[in-house]
Amino acid sequence: MELHGIGASPLRKEDWPLLRGEGTFIADFKRPGMVHALVVRSPFAHARFRHIDGSAALQARGVIDLITAAELPDRGRPIPTRMFKDEAANRFLQKPLADGEVRYSGEPVALLIAESRYLAEDAAELLSIDYEPLEVVLDPDAGTVAGHLVVERGNIEAAFAQADEVIKEEFRIQRHAATPLETRGLVAEFDAGAQTLTVWGAAKIPHVNRRILAQLLGWEESRIRLVELHVGGGFGARGEFYPEDFLIPFGAMRVGRPVAWIEDREESLRAMNHSREQVHRVELALKADGTFLGLKDTFVNNTGAYVRTHGMTVPGLSISMLPGPYAWPAYRGEYHSVLTNKTPCGTYRSPGRFEVNFVRERLIDIAANRLGIDKVEIRRRNFIHEFPHDTGTLFDEHPVVYDSGDYSLLLDKALEAFDYSGLKRWRAQRSPDGFKRGLGIAFFVEKAGPAEREYARVELTDSGDVTVYTGTVSLGQGMETTLAQVCSTHLGLPFERVTVKHGDTAVIPEGMGSFGSRAAMMGGAAVMGAAVKLRRRLLERAAEELEAAPDDLVLTVDGIAVRGAPSRSVPLPSMSVEDRFVCELLGFPYGIHVAAVEVDTGTGAVGVHRYAVAYDIGRAINPVIVRGQIAGGFAQGLGGVLLEEFAFDANGQPLAASFMDYLLPTSEEVPDIDMLITEDAPSPHNPLGVKGAGEGGTAAVGGAIANAVADALGVEVTQLPLSPKRITELASA
Amino acid sequence: MKPAPFDYDDPRSVDEAIGLLARYGDECKVLAGGQSLVPLMNFRLARPGRLVDINGIESLGQVKVENGRLLLGAMVRHAQVERSNDIAARWPLLHDAIVWVGHSQIRNRGTVGGSVAHADPAAELPCALAALDAKFHVLSRRGPRVLRWDQIFVSEFTTSLAPDELLTAIEVPPQDPSTGVAFVEFARRHGDFALGGAAVSITLARNGTCSDVAVALLSAGPRPVRAEEAERRLKGGQVDEAAIKQASAAAVQGLHPTSDLHGSREYRVKLLQVMTERALTKAVHLATRRAA
Repeated sequence: MELHGIGASPLRKEDWPLLRGEGTFIADFKRPGMVHALVVRSPFAHARFRHIDGSAALQARGVIDLITAAELPDRGRPIPTRMFKDEAANRFLQKPLADGEVRYSGEPVALLIAESRYLAEDAAELLSIDYEPLEVVLDPDAGTVAGHLVVERGNIEAAFAQADEVIKEEFRIQRHAATPLETRGLVAEFDAGAQTLTVWGAAKIPHVNRRILAQLLGWEESRIRLVELHVGGGFGARGEFYPEDFLIPFGAMRVGRPVAWIEDREESLRAMNHSREQVHRVELALKADGTFLGLKDTFVNNTGAYVRTHGMTVPGLSISMLPGPYAWPAYRGEYHSVLTNKTPCGTYRSPGRFEVNFVRERLIDIAANRLGIDKVEIRRRNFIHEFPHDTGTLFDEHPVVYDSGDYSLLLDKALEAFDYSGLKRWRAQRSPDGFKRGLGIAFFVEKAGPAEREYARVELTDSGDVTVYTGTVSLGQGMETTLAQVCSTHLGLPFERVTVKHGDTAVIPEGMGSFGSRAAMMGGAAVMGAAVKLRRRLLERAAEELEAAPDDLVLTVDGIAVRGAPSRSVPLPSMSVEDRFVCELLGFPYGIHVAAVEVDTGTGAVGVHRYAVAYDIGRAINPVIVRGQIAGGFAQGLGGVLLEEFAFDANGQPLAASFMDYLLPTSEEVPDIDMLITEDAPSPHNPLGVKGAGEGGTAAVGGAIANAVADALGVEVTQLPLSPKRITELASA
Repeated sequence: MKPAPFDYDDPRSVDEAIGLLARYGDECKVLAGGQSLVPLMNFRLARPGRLVDINGIESLGQVKVENGRLLLGAMVRHAQVERSNDIAARWPLLHDAIVWVGHSQIRNRGTVGGSVAHADPAAELPCALAALDAKFHVLSRRGPRVLRWDQIFVSEFTTSLAPDELLTAIEVPPQDPSTGVAFVEFARRHGDFALGGAAVSITLARNGTCSDVAVALLSAGPRPVRAEEAERRLKGGQVDEAAIKQASAAAVQGLHPTSDLHGSREYRVKLLQVMTERALTKAVHLATRRAA
């Protein structure tokens, strides 16, 4: 048995059941007497209705209950925001069911519970709802403002007054979203005797959602248990508190039987959070030598029909992360987050950063073209060099202060590792197929954490088995393995003997969950704290019994012995230690994406010849898992650049309502990529030095590919996605 | 995404199947590989009252060659065509087209008869069969019929099959071994329905002139399109770069492909011209090598 400590890459603990088909995802989970719920959704993007006639549906075979807003406490209480709260936006919160007016196609209007999903779908066709269609607003510039913020730092007017060159441009990012391959699902069961609720299918933030559910029901939290099963991807969207997270438990209480709801793909694409849709009007002031003087951005964030749990997270992150790795004497950012008749929005992997990295890195290339300065050089010339660096912006209430970094060093290493000069030579050669070649580079700063605190408990049995209880959860990213490695390293017992438990609010007293690249950083630091404490206590106690100094003792699964005198030993006791890691500060990993592309102007296809990601994450606990995170993140970024788009017709009907039209990249579309993971700038804010590695693969794909395509075609790209139609238009411009 | 209620029959013979079709007519839908019908039913966009499942009819699953003609039973899976060395050698265009159909899982289940009967103008097989001048054998209680491609394909998702008729086999005439063929298409992702594509079959005489040519276009209109004007211009002449460019421009004259989320009409017309040009170039290259 090996330690498999920090820096090693043991096989993932979570893979054994998954690879053998023994995982339990929510659709695999059954309870005796379980019945099935169907969320009846609005077919209109905006309509008024007065009456839902359910008499025929209630008579249909197998139908048990029909729930409309009239049946909900207070006709449905609004689902609160949990982050980036904005008091003014609270009047736009979503309620579990529409009450008289629907505001997007797919909005829940009723819950039907039947013996099977088939029968529920049959019965739903018998519902009669007197919709009167209303005017539909889709254009973000015409939307009602739900949130508005201005951030200003330095003298922006003076900066622009002394500029030799001002670059002004409008950029658009299309609406796309996380679309995890496992759709959402819940099974809820009410115990009438104990007056308790259990909900399976929790993800991302079980403890937070338990609190919200308790609040909406007017209950004590202790009466509710949320349980996480295997989760097939989250990426920000899955696990937030949605209308169904109230409706399914509520339905289970009404019918007195366990109720299952498995979201199908068609509803998932309309119901789960969308993201990314922004329009930026941005200006960059520079000196003739390429020195940045000021950056001004006014952007509109189309948040859809309601303000959901994430409140102003995406525009808030956009405004605070737009400055990126560069030193700006002056910065002014302003957003309007607006309501339209589209699916409400939330986060998607690298929220706000995917968008602004595209905007900023594209803008810098335009400036470099205008001034005739090398694209690498203009970036290097403007890097931040002093750390910590206060950007003067906020992440929620937390100041955005870059904790550590050496941007020039990473740039040097990346250019060398990826043979940038070789890529430039490739770029200069003619393609044998007549394709146009382009090279693009984009720099980014990511963010990790904080969500303030995290819980861990490490339990040792007298047989040497170790169980780690964590307040973070697994969305498939490998956190069980990672936390076991941290525990193994700091406790000093083998990785194989460590089991990680998570996601059950009955077993774990508190937790903030997994999002924002926080699990390794916050969860890891908490596990480390508990493991260090447990080891100290074990050794101190043994030291007393053995009359030796703790430093002279050796801890193994067989017991604790005096070094060099194995006969002087004591068996392992059973012992449990808790710890909480508290940190108000964020980690700021950073990196570079390099893209070499070939554009077929005949078809509009963009072929990725080579793609490379350099990423400094402070410390890699499990390098293979980190590489997997970067590869997967890149695939999603590439989808967002080339393929994925939630388009709507003029009536607000979604045009991408299945995976036939919502185009996810498959293994055929995603090339292997080169990676360079460095550990030159550990975070000073946590004892592991980790910064989180979940989102850097996605962060700058828009910037890098768009820059490469612009380089290939010799025209400025200002809009995503780079669809074949758009490419052929750009090529003939 | 669960289908509306339906009745289900699984006949074991063609005779039993056409008996059911004769009895229930319009109410029925024939279930072959189910790769298009089942998703449509799950979306409740198709709501047949009765499915006649022909998967149990063994005689429909055979690939035969008779008098040099290829006979594909309606239930022959795409994968059978793809893996047949005989087809790859003697009907290479069919092989080249079939590998573009969806993904391997879809080709394992999807059938040649299902693809024809579904009549999706973006489907590869109908386009290739149009280029190959295939014939379609149809049977009902009223008797057999043999249809040409331009008789069976009517418009989007519409064939001339009557409700009581079953497509039983597809017949492909022999190919001149010196023919050069190419099937090219462009989709946003591998395996998606193409935004545009072209199937070309060209035979060159000893003096290098074109003795025979077929150009069929994919996703170019409501049904497969034969670019007759392009064929006319190419026949009898030298097929050089200029001739290919002219023919490709002629091929897309008057086309009205449908605009959708993934490509406007203008984009698709331009793409079809590029596809025709690339398919002709490739096919001529092969034909020149074969003629030499």
